[in-house]
Amino acid sequence: MNYLDVRDLHVAYRTAGGEVPAVRGVSFGIAPGTTLGVAGESGCGKSTVALALLRLLPASARVSGQVLLDGEDVLGMRWGRLRAVRWAGASIVFQGAMHSLNAVHRVGDQIAEPVLVHGQATPAQARRRVGELLEQVGLPAWRARSYPHELSGGQRQRAMIAMALACRPRLIIADEPTTALDVMIQAQILRLIDDLVAGSGISMLMISHDLSVLADTCDRLAVMYAGRIVEEGPAGAVFADARHPYGAALSAAFPRVGDPASRRAPRGLPGDPPDPADLPSGCAFRPRCPAVQDRCAEVDPALWPAGPDRGAACVRVLSAEEARALGVPPPEGSDGGGVPAAPAATEDPGGTPDPGGTPEPGGTPESGGDRAPEPEETR
Amino acid sequence: MTAPAAPAAPDQPAPEPAGPVLSASGLHVTFAGRGGRAARAVDGVDLEIRPGEIVALVGESGCGKSTLARALLGLVRPTSGQVAYHGRPLDYRSRELKRFRERAQLVLQDPSGSLNPRHTVYDAVAEGRRIHNGATPDEQERVAEALSRAGLRPPERFLLRYPHELSGGQRQRVVIAGALILDPEVIVADEPVASLDASVRGEILRLLMRLRDDFGLAALVVTHDLGLAWNIADRIAVMYLGRVVETGTVEEVLSAPRHPYTRALLSVLPEAGQEPQVLAGEPPDPTRIPGGCRFHARCPVLASGRAEAAGVAERCRTEDPGPLPAGGAADAACHWARAQAAGG
Repeated sequence: MNYLDVRDLHVAYRTAGGEVPAVRGVSFGIAPGTTLGVAGESGCGKSTVALALLRLLPASARVSGQVLLDGEDVLGMRWGRLRAVRWAGASIVFQGAMHSLNAVHRVGDQIAEPVLVHGQATPAQARRRVGELLEQVGLPAWRARSYPHELSGGQRQRAMIAMALACRPRLIIADEPTTALDVMIQAQILRLIDDLVAGSGISMLMISHDLSVLADTCDRLAVMYAGRIVEEGPAGAVFADARHPYGAALSAAFPRVGDPASRRAPRGLPGDPPDPADLPSGCAFRPRCPAVQDRCAEVDPALWPAGPDRGAACVRVLSAEEARALGVPPPEGSDGGGVPAAPAATEDPGGTPDPGGTPEPGGTPESGGDRAPEPEETR
Repeated sequence: MTAPAAPAAPDQPAPEPAGPVLSASGLHVTFAGRGGRAARAVDGVDLEIRPGEIVALVGESGCGKSTLARALLGLVRPTSGQVAYHGRPLDYRSRELKRFRERAQLVLQDPSGSLNPRHTVYDAVAEGRRIHNGATPDEQERVAEALSRAGLRPPERFLLRYPHELSGGQRQRVVIAGALILDPEVIVADEPVASLDASVRGEILRLLMRLRDDFGLAALVVTHDLGLAWNIADRIAVMYLGRVVETGTVEEVLSAPRHPYTRALLSVLPEAGQEPQVLAGEPPDPTRIPGGCRFHARCPVLASGRAEAAGVAERCRTEDPGPLPAGGAADAACHWARAQAAGG
């Protein structure tokens, strides 16, 4: 059974201009002792997901769905229970440790605080535990007496990790844990996280814009776009052979040094992510999609099965029968019996997105069915 | 078709090896550090950027790469050594420097920081030209041309927008257009894509390559990202603690690295397909550059005894391998690598 199960999570921010959806129906699970990486670019909703898990979002956020931590729904917990779950059930390592540590308190006191609050420890026990934790993350115990500004960026991130470990949580949520660190320091921190998680039974959710780092560190990988998971599966498979055109483009944007295919060939994706307040009809990736089809304007894809233990939110992963069963129109010119997995060959001359071709909304049977099939759970 | 636009007649294989547009020789930049210690940010560097060439200057933060880039543009005066533009030492008198800066432009990282939020795209792009030429009648035409060269097309759509109305990628293109309007010969781009999303990054890098291919624009790209160098650069210089420790073509250095530092950097890349060689400790302090080889205290080759086996361990600890000459063949400032090359 999964330690964490997130089901149909929605988060919308109330703004002056109305409600803006940031997370639009995200589901995933993490088995004990395994690591899930969530990748995506700015504004895709990945950090909102992280914060929603422990109800750390601002009051302007409206959250619905379920966040089951060991079977218990975090979103429905009373405050007292929630306080106990934060730190001891699950803890967070934030990006930019400079701002997450309090500048006027000694590092050791900050690490000791959750131990004292949650662990019912005496000050002497807490001090011992702090020393243990610091050594566990590769810092000398005397660093407990330092202030955050006396530590380097890498050392601060180690201190943050020590704090996250303080109450022996069963889940660690790491939001961009190595962003803004130099490559060598990043490698040190990733190795540390790897060592701490391996064999400890701790589950981890690691969030990053860097798909290549996640592919290297995590067991499974989810790629988010415009508030949805658009691709999910075993990390290596997703990175090497994405089924969703966005997953493929994002993966290709990280060059493999030494690979002749990426030499003198930087790859990106024209255009920008959609404005969450003004999403296109159908698939949100449609305006930037290199393999867009006419039916993409009508179908809002869900995370459909796309190979062993994988899912992708793209109509192209559906076979003709699956499409028919879901009420998804077949690709143009295929008469319903084509090969949907093949890239758009003839129907679109490419490059010309079709803002004019948007069909009338509501006229398609799948407008309500887009959320019906739940994504395949992780084992 | 394949050759970058060098000022060469068609079908004539490089009539004369064009001299570098911009070069540094024996360059030192020293800052007064804390407690009276001098920080040797750039500690003896030779570097060349030739016409139509993209050179990547890579290293970790604090290695001196940004200081070196600023010194090449005359923004920081060297403590010793010199910067030359087409072989002529840079003249630091203000009029001369102004003329030089028309030809050599800086493109900064983080476009949100380098654009004035209250200036329109038009103003932001025209500004550099006004400083150098004043407001000329053809200004609007030139702004439009610079925008479309930077990939903002049609330019009319962008002229009156403000930075906050643009995406990160578009802002970076505006910054690049601001450099292009002066028709420079060389640009120095400091982490030009570090703050951009991966999918946008590729588009900006493609733009830099296109500017090189179409207009023969030379570029020094300062970055911590070896993947970026592999993506767009012709040559690469790897910097460590104020020195270039390895240089050569991108293929030579990144496919067959010789310096243990370059090897370690490559090994920790995700998907490197090899055991990561994680160097312990922090990036070192330019106020305390170790004697001997400046990398020796962190060097995995020395630590593992391979330097000893090659008979160079003593030299690693006591003898500075010295600066690398600019523009020559692939080379690494490493006693062990040299012993390997000589032995094999």
